[in-house]
Amino acid sequence: MLDQIQVSGKSDTRSGFGEGLLALGHSRPEVVALCADLTGSLKMTAFKKAFPDRFYNVGIAEANMMGVAAGLTIGGKIPFTGTFANFSTGRVYDQIRQSIAYSGKNVKICASHAGITLGEDGATHQILEDIGMMKMLPHMTVIVPCDFNQTKAATMAIADLEGPVYLRFGRPKVPIFTAADQDFVIGKAQTIAEGTDVSIIACGHLVWRAVEAAKALEAEGISVELINMHTIKPLDEEAILRSVAKTGCVVTAEEHQMNGGLGDSVAQVLVRNQPAPLEMVAVNDSFGESGTPDQLMRKYGIDTPNIIEAAKKVISRK
Amino acid sequence: MSTVQQLQTIASQVRRDIVRMVHAVNSGHPGGSLGCTDLLTALFFEIMDHDASFNMDGKGEDLFFLSNGHISPVYYSVLARAGYFPVNELATFRKIDSRLQGHPATEEGLPGVRIASGSLGQGLSVALGAALAKKLNGDDKIVFSLHGDGELQEGQIWEAVMFAAHHKVDNIISFVDWNGQQIDGPTAEVMALGDLEAKWRAFGWEVLHLDGHDMPAILDTAKRARTLTGNGKPIVVLMRTAMGKGVDFMEGTHHWHGKAPNDEQLASALSQLEETLGDY
Repeated sequence: MLDQIQVSGKSDTRSGFGEGLLALGHSRPEVVALCADLTGSLKMTAFKKAFPDRFYNVGIAEANMMGVAAGLTIGGKIPFTGTFANFSTGRVYDQIRQSIAYSGKNVKICASHAGITLGEDGATHQILEDIGMMKMLPHMTVIVPCDFNQTKAATMAIADLEGPVYLRFGRPKVPIFTAADQDFVIGKAQTIAEGTDVSIIACGHLVWRAVEAAKALEAEGISVELINMHTIKPLDEEAILRSVAKTGCVVTAEEHQMNGGLGDSVAQVLVRNQPAPLEMVAVNDSFGESGTPDQLMRKYGIDTPNIIEAAKKVISRK
Repeated sequence: MSTVQQLQTIASQVRRDIVRMVHAVNSGHPGGSLGCTDLLTALFFEIMDHDASFNMDGKGEDLFFLSNGHISPVYYSVLARAGYFPVNELATFRKIDSRLQGHPATEEGLPGVRIASGSLGQGLSVALGAALAKKLNGDDKIVFSLHGDGELQEGQIWEAVMFAAHHKVDNIISFVDWNGQQIDGPTAEVMALGDLEAKWRAFGWEVLHLDGHDMPAILDTAKRARTLTGNGKPIVVLMRTAMGKGVDFMEGTHHWHGKAPNDEQLASALSQLEETLGDY
């Protein structure tokens, strides 16, 4: 299956969001969008131009944006908020907690520039804790798509889900390798390759790195089961358990802190159901810094070689 | 009985409900509740065009958002007395398995409540969102909101105030419960609010003043505020109130912001408040 993966180009996941939002503008009149002075960065310009009456620039005031979005749901609107992941979560945690999650409001929190691959702007903007914060909130669905096509599909899919959603995507251009016409099912993991020696479970930008790692491992005769866990919550526990029953060990890979991320959700599933060796490829209790995305992924240990190394290590622990 | 007399009759019962509710669980916030009783009574029994059968979307009706959620006792009492849920349910306030949480919430599905509030400063943003939804829906009803004066110390309020003027949200009437008190003491000592009228005006709002215990004035001001909607500007009513209004030993002090009366104090309070509609 790995050799069947085709790269159709490169693009940023945020552009997938922008295209998905524009499509929703046409198909769902109740969809409205809010942005906190980052319309271009969030690729919301096309929606704004096509639907000026359904677009609100709130200025640099993210707390107010979350509240206004919550209010717009009262009256049947489906608001999509757009700003950087840092300002979509940590800055407005209490607003999301009370006005959106606890109040069960149908707000879609769409967050770009997540993680370390934001790059040169540095650690003030490189949030690596957002998945943890959002998955802890009752009622919240957390989705981290891996490429342009999947981000577009996820953006459109969340409009059909009643309830709050955190959709996390990023800035850099990355390979497009999922299908343009994919059926995105929230909470249903996507198996990219089947294998028997090790399960690699990744999300977001790390899925492509995991593809590269899996190819390298296969070349060395190691059979990899590769799972794209695009929905962190609700987690597809069945997919994890089915896979680990075959492979007996797991590597998780994500652009997030080890604490609170995908790896720790997978670890909970394993220890509760089917204990197995687990290695987590994630940022280990550290802030990021300025640099190019590739340099940062290498320095902070979330690159392809780290996944390969983790796979070999976890197999040795079986 | 005139409308004003009817409203005053209801308000007396609401005040009884408030002190009985907080006494029963030895917790809750009677001060601000008593101070806002006249306004909430007038809103739900006269000013607002609303539907007690309750639909979350509230299309085609006026909406009310309580931003200073700690004054839940007055909110719950007025909602119950207005027919949103059984009056007897007031006895469950702050108790386990109740829909009447310490601060208002939607989680348990209490009719009348459209957003959780309690963590301060968030309700104006929500009310503005609901007002914008009305505009998008071609719904000419309006949105009311209520905020504490101490709550104006929260930064998010001023984000929302700026937003409302910029986006010409002119179908909202916000009330500020200007009692000059907050938990730690008078607002002037804790964090002075300065010239509130000048501040709201400078941010682009239409500003009205009101004595929040003068029932005819409440009705007149609400009527005047409604005539000012649709003119491109949001409207705020700076409402002077006394915290603890209606119970002499609670009135005008921050000491009863979040404190319940004991048995003796309850008896004294109830002796000052006529039972007009029957206690729950």
